Amino acid sequence: MQLDRRTFLVSGLAAGGALLLAPGAAQAMVDEAVAAFTGGADVAEATDLTLTAPEIAENGNTVPIEVSAPGATAIMVLAAGNPNPAVGTFKFGPLAASQFASTRIRLAGTQDVVAIAQMADGSFQRVSREVKVTIGGCGG
Amino acid sequence: MADNVKPRVRVPRQASAGETITIKTLISHPMESGQRKDSDGNVIPRSIINRFVVDFNGENVIDFALDPAISTNPFFEFESVVPESGTFTFTWYDDDGSVYTDEKEIAVS
Amino acid sequence: MTRKAFVMPMLTVAAAMAAAPALADETADLVVNGEIEMVTRTAAPAHVDGLNEVISGWVFRSDETQDLQTDDFDNPGMIFVDQARDDFETAMGTEGQSCADCHESPEELAGVRATYPKWDEERGLVQTVEMQVNECVTERMGAEPLKYDGGDMTNMVALISSVSRGMPVDVAIEGPAQSVWEQGRDLYYTRTGQLELSCASCHEDNYGNMIRADHLSQGHINGFPAYRLKNAKLNSVHARFKGCVRDTRAETYAPGSEEFVALELYLASRGNGLSVEGPSVRN
Repeated sequence: MQLDRRTFLVSGLAAGGALLLAPGAAQAMVDEAVAAFTGGADVAEATDLTLTAPEIAENGNTVPIEVSAPGATAIMVLAAGNPNPAVGTFKFGPLAASQFASTRIRLAGTQDVVAIAQMADGSFQRVSREVKVTIGGCGG
Repeated sequence: MADNVKPRVRVPRQASAGETITIKTLISHPMESGQRKDSDGNVIPRSIINRFVVDFNGENVIDFALDPAISTNPFFEFESVVPESGTFTFTWYDDDGSVYTDEKEIAVS
Repeated sequence: MTRKAFVMPMLTVAAAMAAAPALADETADLVVNGEIEMVTRTAAPAHVDGLNEVISGWVFRSDETQDLQTDDFDNPGMIFVDQARDDFETAMGTEGQSCADCHESPEELAGVRATYPKWDEERGLVQTVEMQVNECVTERMGAEPLKYDGGDMTNMVALISSVSRGMPVDVAIEGPAQSVWEQGRDLYYTRTGQLELSCASCHEDNYGNMIRADHLSQGHINGFPAYRLKNAKLNSVHARFKGCVRDTRAETYAPGSEEFVALELYLASRGNGLSVEGPSVRN
Protein backbone atom coordinates (compact mmCIF):
# COMPACT_ATOMS: atom_id res chain seq x y z
CA MET A 1 0.00 0.00 0.00
CA GLN A 2 1.28 3.40 -0.84
CA LEU A 3 0.86 5.52 2.24
CA ASP A 4 0.79 9.15 1.26
CA ARG A 5 0.39 11.97 3.69
CA ARG A 6 -3.32 12.40 3.13
CA THR A 7 -4.32 8.78 3.68
CA PHE A 8 -2.05 8.70 6.68
CA LEU A 9 -3.75 11.75 8.13
CA VAL A 10 -7.24 10.41 7.52
CA SER A 11 -6.50 6.97 8.96
CA GLY A 12 -4.86 8.69 11.91
CA LEU A 13 -8.04 10.65 12.56
CA ALA A 14 -10.12 7.50 12.30
CA ALA A 15 -7.89 5.74 14.80
CA GLY A 16 -8.12 8.74 17.13
CA GLY A 17 -11.91 8.65 16.90
CA ALA A 18 -11.97 4.97 17.84
CA LEU A 19 -10.44 5.85 21.20
CA LEU A 20 -13.67 7.54 22.17
CA LEU A 21 -16.32 5.23 23.48
CA ALA A 22 -19.43 4.42 21.50
CA PRO A 23 -22.04 7.08 22.38
CA GLY A 24 -24.41 4.52 23.93
CA ALA A 25 -21.90 3.14 26.40
CA ALA A 26 -20.76 6.61 27.41
CA GLN A 27 -24.34 7.80 27.89
CA ALA A 28 -25.04 4.90 30.28
CA MET A 29 -22.02 5.82 32.39
CA VAL A 30 -23.08 9.47 32.45
CA ASP A 31 -26.63 8.53 33.46
CA GLU A 32 -25.27 6.33 36.22
CA ALA A 33 -23.05 9.11 37.59
CA VAL A 34 -25.94 11.59 37.48
CA ALA A 35 -28.24 9.16 39.30
CA ALA A 36 -25.62 8.57 41.99
CA PHE A 37 -25.33 12.34 42.53
CA THR A 38 -29.05 13.20 42.44
CA GLY A 39 -30.45 10.03 43.97
CA GLY A 40 -32.83 9.89 41.00
CA ALA A 41 -34.35 13.33 41.61
CA ASP A 42 -35.49 15.47 38.66
CA VAL A 43 -32.86 17.70 37.09
CA ALA A 44 -33.96 21.05 35.68
CA GLU A 45 -32.27 23.14 33.01
CA ALA A 46 -29.81 25.55 34.59
CA THR A 47 -31.02 28.94 35.78
CA ASP A 48 -28.35 29.70 38.38
CA LEU A 49 -25.60 27.36 37.19
CA THR A 50 -22.96 28.40 34.68
CA LEU A 51 -20.19 26.37 33.11
CA THR A 52 -17.39 28.22 31.34
CA ALA A 53 -15.17 26.27 28.97
CA PRO A 54 -13.35 27.12 25.75
CA GLU A 55 -15.29 26.46 22.57
CA ILE A 56 -12.10 25.00 21.14
CA ALA A 57 -9.36 23.63 23.37
CA GLU A 58 -5.80 23.91 22.13
CA ASN A 59 -4.83 20.72 23.97
CA GLY A 60 -7.15 18.12 25.49
CA ASN A 61 -4.62 17.49 28.25
CA THR A 62 -5.26 20.78 29.99
CA VAL A 63 -8.65 22.39 29.38
CA PRO A 64 -9.53 25.26 31.74
CA ILE A 65 -13.11 25.18 33.06
CA GLU A 66 -15.07 27.19 35.62
CA VAL A 67 -18.32 26.34 37.33
CA SER A 68 -20.45 28.74 39.33
CA ALA A 69 -23.84 28.26 40.98
CA PRO A 70 -24.85 30.86 43.58
CA GLY A 71 -26.72 29.06 46.35
CA ALA A 72 -25.50 25.57 45.48
CA THR A 73 -24.08 23.13 48.00
CA ALA A 74 -22.23 20.98 45.46
CA ILE A 75 -21.44 20.89 41.75
CA MET A 76 -20.56 17.71 39.88
CA VAL A 77 -18.68 17.89 36.58
CA LEU A 78 -18.71 15.14 33.94
CA ALA A 79 -16.88 14.76 30.64
CA ALA A 80 -19.45 12.78 28.69
CA GLY A 81 -17.03 11.48 26.07
CA ASN A 82 -14.16 10.38 28.32
CA PRO A 83 -13.53 6.65 28.94
CA ASN A 84 -14.45 7.47 32.54
CA PRO A 85 -16.80 10.47 32.54
CA ALA A 86 -16.21 11.48 36.18
CA VAL A 87 -14.24 14.73 36.56
CA GLY A 88 -14.96 15.85 40.11
CA THR A 89 -17.56 16.85 42.67
CA PHE A 90 -17.02 20.21 44.31
CA LYS A 91 -18.67 20.73 47.70
CA PHE A 92 -18.80 24.19 49.23
CA GLY A 93 -18.57 24.67 52.99
CA PRO A 94 -19.89 27.46 55.23
CA LEU A 95 -16.82 29.65 54.59
CA ALA A 96 -16.93 29.46 50.80
CA ALA A 97 -17.55 33.04 49.65
CA SER A 98 -19.13 31.78 46.44
CA GLN A 99 -20.08 28.49 44.90
CA PHE A 100 -17.40 28.87 42.28
CA ALA A 101 -14.45 26.74 41.24
CA SER A 102 -11.92 26.92 38.45
CA THR A 103 -9.72 23.97 37.45
CA ARG A 104 -8.14 22.22 34.45
CA ILE A 105 -9.38 18.95 33.05
CA ARG A 106 -8.55 16.27 30.48
CA LEU A 107 -10.81 15.68 27.50
CA ALA A 108 -10.18 12.61 25.32
CA GLY A 109 -11.71 14.33 22.29
CA THR A 110 -14.46 16.70 21.20
CA GLN A 111 -17.39 16.17 23.54
CA ASP A 112 -19.91 17.67 25.95
CA VAL A 113 -18.78 18.78 29.38
CA VAL A 114 -21.69 18.56 31.81
CA ALA A 115 -22.19 20.28 35.18
CA ILE A 116 -24.95 19.45 37.66
CA ALA A 117 -25.53 21.59 40.72
CA GLN A 118 -27.30 20.58 43.90
CA MET A 119 -29.03 23.70 45.19
CA ALA A 120 -29.56 24.52 48.88
CA ASP A 121 -33.25 23.52 48.65
CA GLY A 122 -32.26 20.06 47.40
CA SER A 123 -33.19 20.66 43.75
CA PHE A 124 -30.82 19.98 40.86
CA GLN A 125 -29.85 21.95 37.76
CA ARG A 126 -27.89 20.90 34.72
CA VAL A 127 -25.92 22.62 31.98
CA SER A 128 -23.64 21.30 29.26
CA ARG A 129 -21.19 22.79 26.80
CA GLU A 130 -19.51 21.26 23.81
CA VAL A 131 -15.73 21.61 23.75
CA LYS A 132 -13.93 20.87 20.50
CA VAL A 133 -10.54 19.32 21.08
CA THR A 134 -8.03 19.78 18.29
CA ILE A 135 -5.77 17.00 17.18
CA GLY A 136 -2.18 18.16 17.48
CA GLY A 137 0.23 19.21 14.83
CA CYS A 138 3.76 17.90 14.59
CA GLY A 139 3.87 18.03 18.38
CA GLY A 140 7.64 17.54 18.65
CA MET B 1 3.83 8.60 47.37
CA ALA B 2 4.43 10.24 44.02
CA ASP B 3 7.90 11.76 43.77
CA ASN B 4 8.58 15.38 44.56
CA VAL B 5 5.03 16.40 45.39
CA LYS B 6 5.12 20.12 46.05
CA PRO B 7 2.16 22.34 46.86
CA ARG B 8 1.98 25.98 45.84
CA VAL B 9 -0.71 28.12 47.43
CA ARG B 10 -1.61 31.80 47.18
CA VAL B 11 -3.60 33.48 49.93
CA PRO B 12 -3.47 37.26 50.51
CA ARG B 13 -1.48 38.13 53.66
CA GLN B 14 -4.21 40.40 54.97
CA ALA B 15 -7.87 41.16 54.51
CA SER B 16 -10.65 43.01 56.27
CA ALA B 17 -13.17 41.08 58.35
CA GLY B 18 -15.80 39.36 56.22
CA GLU B 19 -13.96 40.13 52.97
CA THR B 20 -14.06 37.72 50.06
CA ILE B 21 -10.62 36.54 48.99
CA THR B 22 -9.48 34.48 46.02
CA ILE B 23 -7.28 31.47 46.67
CA LYS B 24 -5.24 29.67 44.02
CA THR B 25 -3.55 26.31 44.52
CA LEU B 26 -1.28 24.13 42.40
CA ILE B 27 0.35 20.86 43.39
CA SER B 28 2.86 18.83 41.41
CA HIS B 29 1.36 15.39 40.83
CA PRO B 30 1.21 13.14 37.74
CA MET B 31 -2.50 12.30 38.25
CA GLU B 32 -1.93 8.96 36.50
CA SER B 33 -5.36 8.23 35.08
CA GLY B 34 -5.27 4.43 34.89
CA GLN B 35 -6.08 4.74 31.17
CA ARG B 36 -2.52 4.80 29.85
CA LYS B 37 -0.31 1.86 28.87
CA ASP B 38 3.46 1.57 29.21
CA SER B 39 5.74 0.63 26.31
CA ASP B 40 5.12 -3.08 27.00
CA GLY B 41 1.38 -2.63 26.69
CA ASN B 42 0.62 -3.00 30.41
CA VAL B 43 -1.89 -0.60 31.93
CA ILE B 44 -0.20 1.93 34.20
CA PRO B 45 -2.20 1.75 37.44
CA ARG B 46 -4.29 4.72 38.48
CA SER B 47 -2.55 6.99 41.00
CA ILE B 48 -4.22 10.33 41.63
CA ILE B 49 -5.01 12.86 44.29
CA ASN B 50 -8.64 11.97 44.96
CA ARG B 51 -9.65 14.68 47.41
CA PHE B 52 -8.70 18.27 48.21
CA VAL B 53 -9.98 19.99 51.33
CA VAL B 54 -9.51 23.56 52.57
CA ASP B 55 -10.48 24.66 56.07
CA PHE B 56 -10.11 27.97 57.88
CA ASN B 57 -9.73 27.88 61.67
CA GLY B 58 -11.32 24.43 61.61
CA GLU B 59 -14.34 25.41 59.53
CA ASN B 60 -14.76 24.09 56.00
CA VAL B 61 -14.28 26.22 52.88
CA ILE B 62 -14.28 23.63 50.10
CA ASP B 63 -14.20 19.83 49.84
CA PHE B 64 -13.49 18.64 46.30
CA ALA B 65 -13.63 14.99 45.19
CA LEU B 66 -11.28 14.52 42.23
CA ASP B 67 -11.43 11.94 39.46
CA PRO B 68 -8.79 10.93 36.89
CA ALA B 69 -9.95 13.58 34.40
CA ILE B 70 -8.32 16.32 36.51
CA SER B 71 -5.13 17.41 34.69
CA THR B 72 -1.58 16.67 35.80
CA ASN B 73 -0.39 19.16 38.43
CA PRO B 74 -3.92 19.94 39.68
CA PHE B 75 -4.91 23.62 39.81
CA PHE B 76 -7.84 25.08 41.72
CA GLU B 77 -9.16 28.57 42.21
CA PHE B 78 -12.03 29.40 44.58
CA GLU B 79 -13.24 32.10 46.96
CA SER B 80 -13.36 32.22 50.73
CA VAL B 81 -14.73 34.50 53.41
CA VAL B 82 -12.37 35.40 56.24
CA PRO B 83 -14.30 36.28 59.41
CA GLU B 84 -11.21 36.73 61.59
CA SER B 85 -7.43 36.31 61.63
CA GLY B 86 -6.38 32.71 61.39
CA THR B 87 -4.95 29.87 59.38
CA PHE B 88 -6.00 28.20 56.18
CA THR B 89 -5.14 24.51 56.02
CA PHE B 90 -4.85 22.79 52.66
CA THR B 91 -4.97 18.98 52.48
CA TRP B 92 -4.50 16.80 49.41
CA TYR B 93 -5.27 13.05 49.70
CA ASP B 94 -3.38 10.62 47.43
CA ASP B 95 -4.74 7.23 46.27
CA ASP B 96 -1.73 5.59 47.92
CA GLY B 97 -2.69 6.96 51.35
CA SER B 98 -0.19 9.82 51.34
CA VAL B 99 -1.48 13.15 52.60
CA TYR B 100 0.12 16.45 51.58
CA THR B 101 -0.58 19.58 53.58
CA ASP B 102 0.16 23.28 53.54
CA GLU B 103 -0.90 26.17 55.77
CA LYS B 104 -1.23 29.91 55.22
CA GLU B 105 -1.90 32.56 57.82
CA ILE B 106 -3.96 35.64 57.16
CA ALA B 107 -4.24 38.76 59.30
CA VAL B 108 -7.70 40.34 59.44
CA SER B 109 -8.00 43.98 60.41
CA MET C 1 9.00 15.82 -3.46
CA THR C 2 9.52 19.52 -3.09
CA ARG C 3 8.65 21.14 0.15
CA LYS C 4 5.91 23.24 -1.36
CA ALA C 5 4.13 20.20 -2.79
CA PHE C 6 4.31 18.61 0.60
CA VAL C 7 3.22 21.49 2.74
CA MET C 8 0.33 22.71 0.66
CA PRO C 9 -1.93 19.63 0.79
CA MET C 10 -1.26 19.43 4.49
CA LEU C 11 -2.32 23.03 5.00
CA THR C 12 -5.44 22.48 2.92
CA VAL C 13 -6.45 19.53 5.04
CA ALA C 14 -5.84 21.48 8.22
CA ALA C 15 -7.86 24.43 7.01
CA ALA C 16 -10.71 22.12 6.10
CA MET C 17 -10.93 20.74 9.61
CA ALA C 18 -13.83 22.28 11.48
CA ALA C 19 -11.93 22.33 14.74
CA ALA C 20 -9.05 24.63 13.91
CA PRO C 21 -7.93 26.15 17.20
CA ALA C 22 -9.10 29.62 18.06
CA LEU C 23 -6.22 31.84 17.14
CA ALA C 24 -5.09 34.06 19.89
CA ASP C 25 -5.57 37.75 20.00
CA GLU C 26 -2.35 38.59 18.24
CA THR C 27 -2.33 42.13 19.51
CA ALA C 28 -2.62 41.17 23.18
CA ASP C 29 0.15 42.26 25.54
CA LEU C 30 1.87 39.84 27.88
CA VAL C 31 2.25 41.17 31.41
CA VAL C 32 3.17 38.63 34.09
CA ASN C 33 1.98 39.08 37.67
CA GLY C 34 0.75 42.54 36.73
CA GLU C 35 4.33 43.80 36.71
CA ILE C 36 6.69 42.08 34.27
CA GLU C 37 6.04 43.58 30.84
CA MET C 38 7.18 41.28 28.06
CA VAL C 39 8.23 42.31 24.58
CA THR C 40 6.46 39.76 22.39
CA ARG C 41 7.05 41.52 19.04
CA THR C 42 10.00 43.58 17.94
CA ALA C 43 12.08 44.42 14.88
CA ALA C 44 14.21 41.49 13.74
CA PRO C 45 17.93 41.80 14.51
CA ALA C 46 20.06 42.78 11.50
CA HIS C 47 21.64 39.31 11.35
CA VAL C 48 18.27 37.63 10.68
CA ASP C 49 17.70 37.71 6.92
CA GLY C 50 14.38 35.90 6.69
CA LEU C 51 12.22 37.94 9.11
CA ASN C 52 11.27 41.58 9.44
CA GLU C 53 9.70 41.18 12.86
CA VAL C 54 10.42 38.62 15.55
CA ILE C 55 7.37 37.33 17.42
CA SER C 56 7.29 35.36 20.65
CA GLY C 57 5.70 31.89 20.56
CA TRP C 58 3.25 33.20 23.18
CA VAL C 59 1.48 35.23 20.48
CA PHE C 60 0.64 32.05 18.53
CA ARG C 61 -1.15 30.28 21.38
CA SER C 62 -4.88 30.27 22.17
CA ASP C 63 -6.30 32.80 24.62
CA GLU C 64 -6.62 30.15 27.32
CA THR C 65 -3.02 29.03 26.95
CA GLN C 66 -1.82 32.64 26.88
CA ASP C 67 -3.63 33.32 30.15
CA LEU C 68 -1.77 30.54 31.94
CA GLN C 69 1.46 32.51 31.66
CA THR C 70 0.16 35.79 33.04
CA ASP C 71 0.25 34.80 36.71
CA ASP C 72 2.80 32.67 38.56
CA PHE C 73 0.01 30.88 40.40
CA ASP C 74 -1.63 29.92 37.12
CA ASN C 75 1.66 28.86 35.49
CA PRO C 76 2.31 25.21 36.40
CA GLY C 77 5.96 25.65 35.39
CA MET C 78 6.46 27.66 38.58
CA ILE C 79 5.99 24.54 40.75
CA PHE C 80 9.21 23.26 39.24
CA VAL C 81 10.92 26.59 39.80
CA ASP C 82 9.99 26.13 43.47
CA GLN C 83 11.55 22.66 43.45
CA ALA C 84 14.74 24.15 42.00
CA ARG C 85 14.70 26.81 44.75
CA ASP C 86 14.89 23.98 47.28
CA ASP C 87 17.73 22.35 45.31
CA PHE C 88 19.54 25.71 45.18
CA GLU C 89 19.84 25.60 48.98
CA THR C 90 20.83 21.91 49.13
CA ALA C 91 24.50 21.05 49.65
CA MET C 92 25.83 18.35 47.37
CA GLY C 93 29.05 16.60 46.35
CA THR C 94 32.39 16.16 48.08
CA GLU C 95 32.68 19.88 48.85
CA GLY C 96 29.41 19.98 50.77
CA GLN C 97 28.42 23.18 49.01
CA SER C 98 25.09 24.40 47.72
CA CYS C 99 24.45 26.87 44.91
CA ALA C 100 23.52 29.36 47.63
CA ASP C 101 26.99 29.15 49.21
CA CYS C 102 28.40 31.07 46.24
CA HIS C 103 25.39 32.81 44.76
CA GLU C 104 23.38 33.61 47.89
CA SER C 105 20.01 33.77 46.10
CA PRO C 106 18.75 32.89 42.62
CA GLU C 107 17.91 36.58 42.17
CA GLU C 108 21.65 37.28 42.16
CA LEU C 109 21.73 35.42 38.83
CA ALA C 110 19.32 37.89 37.18
CA GLY C 111 20.56 38.67 33.68
CA VAL C 112 22.37 35.38 33.17
CA ARG C 113 19.69 33.71 31.06
CA ALA C 114 19.47 36.69 28.72
CA THR C 115 23.11 36.42 27.54
CA TYR C 116 23.49 32.64 27.21
CA PRO C 117 24.71 30.70 25.28
CA LYS C 118 27.94 32.62 25.75
CA TRP C 119 31.62 32.27 24.87
CA ASP C 120 33.64 31.03 27.85
CA GLU C 121 37.17 32.35 27.55
CA GLU C 122 38.67 29.97 30.10
CA ARG C 123 37.24 26.83 28.52
CA GLY C 124 37.47 28.09 24.96
CA LEU C 125 33.93 27.15 23.96
CA VAL C 126 30.36 28.37 23.87
CA GLN C 127 28.57 27.47 27.10
CA THR C 128 24.85 27.04 27.63
CA VAL C 129 23.24 27.64 31.02
CA GLU C 130 23.11 23.85 31.46
CA MET C 131 26.87 23.56 30.84
CA GLN C 132 27.50 26.40 33.28
CA VAL C 133 25.37 24.68 35.94
CA ASN C 134 27.27 21.43 35.45
CA GLU C 135 30.60 23.26 35.63
CA CYS C 136 29.59 24.45 39.11
CA VAL C 137 28.21 21.04 40.07
CA THR C 138 31.30 19.07 39.06
CA GLU C 139 34.15 21.51 39.65
CA ARG C 140 33.00 23.55 42.64
CA MET C 141 30.70 21.12 44.40
CA GLY C 142 32.49 17.88 43.51
CA ALA C 143 29.26 16.15 42.52
CA GLU C 144 28.20 14.04 39.55
CA PRO C 145 26.93 16.18 36.64
CA LEU C 146 23.17 16.49 36.22
CA LYS C 147 21.70 14.83 33.14
CA TYR C 148 21.73 17.52 30.44
CA ASP C 149 17.99 17.50 29.77
CA GLY C 150 16.89 15.75 32.97
CA GLY C 151 14.23 17.12 35.29
CA ASP C 152 16.59 18.49 37.95
CA MET C 153 18.63 20.37 35.34
CA THR C 154 15.62 21.73 33.48
CA ASN C 155 14.06 22.89 36.76
CA MET C 156 17.31 24.69 37.68
CA VAL C 157 17.51 26.37 34.27
CA ALA C 158 13.87 27.44 34.71
CA LEU C 159 14.73 29.00 38.08
CA ILE C 160 17.71 30.83 36.57
CA SER C 161 15.52 31.96 33.68
CA SER C 162 12.64 33.05 35.93
CA VAL C 163 14.76 35.72 37.63
CA SER C 164 15.61 37.24 34.22
CA ARG C 165 12.03 37.42 32.99
CA GLY C 166 11.29 40.63 31.15
CA MET C 167 14.94 41.31 30.27
CA PRO C 168 15.73 41.39 26.55
CA VAL C 169 17.51 38.39 25.09
CA ASP C 170 20.96 39.68 24.14
CA VAL C 171 23.37 36.96 23.09
CA ALA C 172 26.70 37.94 21.52
CA ILE C 173 27.43 36.44 18.12
CA GLU C 174 30.66 38.11 17.14
CA GLY C 175 34.23 37.48 18.19
CA PRO C 176 35.18 33.97 19.21
CA ALA C 177 31.54 32.74 19.19
CA GLN C 178 31.09 33.65 15.53
CA SER C 179 32.14 30.30 14.04
CA VAL C 180 29.79 28.45 16.39
CA TRP C 181 27.00 30.85 15.47
CA GLU C 182 27.66 30.20 11.78
CA GLN C 183 27.51 26.45 12.40
CA GLY C 184 24.13 26.98 14.09
CA ARG C 185 22.89 29.10 11.20
CA ASP C 186 23.92 26.40 8.71
CA LEU C 187 22.05 23.78 10.75
CA TYR C 188 18.97 26.02 10.83
CA TYR C 189 18.79 26.21 7.03
CA THR C 190 19.78 22.60 6.27
CA ARG C 191 16.96 20.27 5.27
CA THR C 192 17.05 16.99 7.17
CA GLY C 193 15.18 13.73 7.40
CA GLN C 194 12.86 11.84 5.10
CA LEU C 195 10.58 14.87 5.03
CA GLU C 196 13.45 17.12 3.96
CA LEU C 197 12.48 19.95 6.28
CA SER C 198 14.80 22.56 7.73
CA CYS C 199 13.96 24.64 10.79
CA ALA C 200 13.28 27.48 8.35
CA SER C 201 10.73 25.45 6.35
CA CYS C 202 8.27 25.64 9.23
CA HIS C 203 9.41 28.51 11.44
CA GLU C 204 10.57 31.08 8.89
CA ASP C 205 8.63 30.29 5.71
CA ASN C 206 5.37 29.13 7.31
CA TYR C 207 4.96 30.70 10.73
CA GLY C 208 1.35 31.69 11.30
CA ASN C 209 0.13 28.82 9.12
CA MET C 210 -1.45 25.64 10.45
CA ILE C 211 0.41 22.35 10.55
CA ARG C 212 -2.59 20.09 10.93
CA ALA C 213 -4.32 21.69 13.92
CA ASP C 214 -1.24 23.41 15.29
CA HIS C 215 -0.34 27.04 14.79
CA LEU C 216 3.28 27.31 13.67
CA SER C 217 5.37 29.84 15.58
CA GLN C 218 8.66 31.42 14.62
CA GLY C 219 10.37 28.88 16.86
CA HIS C 220 12.11 31.31 19.21
CA ILE C 221 13.56 29.92 22.42
CA ASN C 222 13.10 32.92 24.73
CA GLY C 223 10.33 31.04 26.55
CA PHE C 224 12.38 27.97 27.47
CA PRO C 225 12.25 25.96 29.59
CA ALA C 226 8.61 25.78 28.52
CA TYR C 227 5.74 24.07 30.36
CA ARG C 228 3.93 22.24 27.59
CA LEU C 229 0.28 21.24 27.91
CA LYS C 230 1.12 18.25 25.74
CA ASN C 231 3.30 16.54 28.36
CA ALA C 232 2.50 18.63 31.44
CA LYS C 233 6.11 19.29 32.36
CA LEU C 234 8.98 21.67 31.74
CA ASN C 235 10.73 21.02 28.43
CA SER C 236 14.34 22.02 27.80
CA VAL C 237 15.45 23.71 24.60
CA HIS C 238 17.47 20.71 23.45
CA ALA C 239 14.64 18.25 24.19
CA ARG C 240 12.44 20.43 21.97
CA PHE C 241 15.09 20.47 19.22
CA LYS C 242 15.17 16.69 19.40
CA GLY C 243 11.40 16.51 18.96
CA CYS C 244 11.47 18.83 15.96
CA VAL C 245 14.35 17.00 14.24
CA ARG C 246 12.72 13.63 14.92
CA ASP C 247 9.53 14.90 13.29
CA THR C 248 11.46 15.55 10.08
CA ARG C 249 12.18 11.81 10.35
CA ALA C 250 15.87 12.34 10.81
CA GLU C 251 18.33 10.88 13.31
CA THR C 252 18.61 13.63 15.92
CA TYR C 253 21.63 15.07 17.63
CA ALA C 254 21.89 14.46 21.36
CA PRO C 255 20.88 17.04 23.97
CA GLY C 256 24.09 18.81 24.98
CA SER C 257 25.82 17.97 21.69
CA GLU C 258 28.06 20.50 19.95
CA GLU C 259 25.49 20.77 17.15
CA PHE C 260 22.57 21.59 19.45
CA VAL C 261 24.69 24.10 21.39
CA ALA C 262 25.47 25.85 18.10
CA LEU C 263 21.80 25.75 17.07
CA GLU C 264 20.80 27.15 20.46
CA LEU C 265 23.21 30.07 20.10
CA TYR C 266 21.90 30.84 16.61
CA LEU C 267 18.24 30.52 17.62
CA ALA C 268 18.74 32.62 20.76
CA SER C 269 20.31 35.33 18.58
CA ARG C 270 17.30 35.33 16.24
CA GLY C 271 15.23 36.29 19.27
CA ASN C 272 17.54 39.07 20.46
CA GLY C 273 15.23 41.82 21.66
CA LEU C 274 12.38 39.55 22.77
CA SER C 275 11.97 39.18 26.52
CA VAL C 276 13.21 36.22 28.52
CA GLU C 277 9.92 34.42 29.31
CA GLY C 278 10.99 31.07 30.74
CA PRO C 279 9.28 29.23 32.23
CA SER C 280 6.65 29.97 29.60
CA VAL C 281 3.45 28.00 28.92
CA ARG C 282 3.05 26.53 25.46
CA ASN C 283 1.02 23.86 23.71
